[in-house]
Amino acid sequence: MANPSFTPSTATPGLDPGVHGPASPALEGLDPRVKPGGDEKLLWAEGLHLRFGPITALDDVAAELWPGEVLAIVGESGSGKTTLLNVLSGKLPPDAGAVWYRDPVGDAHDVHAMPAPALRALHRSDWGFVQQNPRDSLRMRVTAGGNVGERLMAAGSRHYGTIRDTAMDWLRQVEIEPSRIDDMPTTFSGGMLQRLQIARTLVTHPRLVFMDEPTGGLDVSVQARLLDLIRTLVARLGIAVVLVTHDIAAARLLAGRMMVMQGGRVVESGLTDQVLDDPQHPYTQLLVSSVLTA
Amino acid sequence: MTGYNFAYLDEQTKRMIRRTLLKAVAIPGHQIPFGSREMPLPFGWGTGGIQVTASILGPDDVLKVIDQGADDTTNAVSIRRFFARTAGVRTTTRTAEATVIQTRHRTPETPLREGQILVYQVPQPEPLSRLEHRRAETRQMHALAEYGLMHVKLYEDITRFGHVATSYDFPVMVNGRYLMAPSPIPAFDNPKLDRNPALQLFGAGREKRIYAVPPYTEVRSLEFDDHPFQPRRAPGTCALCGSQASYLDEVVIDDQGGRMFVCSDTDYCAERVALREAAE
Repeated sequence: MANPSFTPSTATPGLDPGVHGPASPALEGLDPRVKPGGDEKLLWAEGLHLRFGPITALDDVAAELWPGEVLAIVGESGSGKTTLLNVLSGKLPPDAGAVWYRDPVGDAHDVHAMPAPALRALHRSDWGFVQQNPRDSLRMRVTAGGNVGERLMAAGSRHYGTIRDTAMDWLRQVEIEPSRIDDMPTTFSGGMLQRLQIARTLVTHPRLVFMDEPTGGLDVSVQARLLDLIRTLVARLGIAVVLVTHDIAAARLLAGRMMVMQGGRVVESGLTDQVLDDPQHPYTQLLVSSVLTA
Repeated sequence: MTGYNFAYLDEQTKRMIRRTLLKAVAIPGHQIPFGSREMPLPFGWGTGGIQVTASILGPDDVLKVIDQGADDTTNAVSIRRFFARTAGVRTTTRTAEATVIQTRHRTPETPLREGQILVYQVPQPEPLSRLEHRRAETRQMHALAEYGLMHVKLYEDITRFGHVATSYDFPVMVNGRYLMAPSPIPAFDNPKLDRNPALQLFGAGREKRIYAVPPYTEVRSLEFDDHPFQPRRAPGTCALCGSQASYLDEVVIDDQGGRMFVCSDTDYCAERVALREAAE
């Protein structure tokens, strides 16, 4: 944290990884009664319904997320994962149901009833969004440093030297050579672009990050490094993450809890290990059994 | 002149533009859409400025028109003659005498006073246009005062060139609220916009937008704390009047590489020359 004044009003409760969700619940196990980072929900949704014409995208979906927790939403293509992510992040209004977010002060806000300026401010400071395709969120004609610095400048930072130092620091944290700070993203590889997007998102220390298939479209070795990086950063900063993925391995590595979706319904949810080691629903069993083990 | 209404535009159009102007003055720096009319000159030649001038001109006004600081360039001469014919108003080249000054690319060197109106011709009223192409998005950014993106542009300039390389149309914050394009005036002129006693109106004909800076309104050029805004001018002395403070044009005078610097504001320069000659 090069400059604490950039941290939005959001002192994330405790930055000590020891207090926070274990980096890999798969290894350490997790007691569902002990919520990492506090006993108040950070984000929760009830009774979400959404239809696109004849297609049911969400059918009575509920979700909840505690501070510092990683929640994976898995399912095959078209099962409503990304739709759910968009509804949870306030980008897409549901037909019925509500999404609530508790701000650092402790007040709960109905995300879809929030005025647009407040929601945008939330997306700029307390929240982050990592897209599957980094080119969708990065500015490809702006240098890496400018990309990382944009959120700082949007948050009101007006000191060139500080912005640059922070950007440099974050490039280092996502394992990009700091000497490439003045290079255009067009000269970066796919994995580097994704890491740049992560640096750009985390630079303002959000409390909650939505990730839509962050490892999609990358080759396997790059995926592994990226997952490792995300796991380390998330644990160290105590960020809560809603992770959408079709990659069971990614979910197992990162998430404490998971939800399995099929046809817009949550068919199974629970601790990641529980769901993956002892799947109850036939669809989950199919998903788990279809994972290739090299 | 018969066959035309006073100052060319019909009264209904003038009313519409005046209403837009009132709104623009009420919200300093905010772009107000208006029904831009076809004028007898092409877009890009000052159709926005000429419509604003036509709407505010009264029979007693004294009009001055400048183009790049000069009173004697084609654009300035044509527009001045246009209003002399269609409105019959008195015209002048003296900044101090004029009540309405239409300008392209410069703010006069002579300080303006209360009661004067400066009308700028604006090609692109949206300061964020090169960074964000979606107008719906830039409107929202203005509405929510989300101007971090403009600083990304400054950041990139400093990163690439070591200083902010924008030398004209340098973005400003008006009244601490709206980001505004000051029209393509040199960054050197930006400080003159700040708390100017004159009313400053901006008309963009093709883009159909009008905005304004009321008298004594704070206008700040964007900057970083460690890279403050610096107005730049050519390091030189005017070959005619000897000014070392005014904004200079570089004029090539032969094909042997000869060149000279002269004031871009011809009225300012001529006045100084006249003063010097009177003293001799």
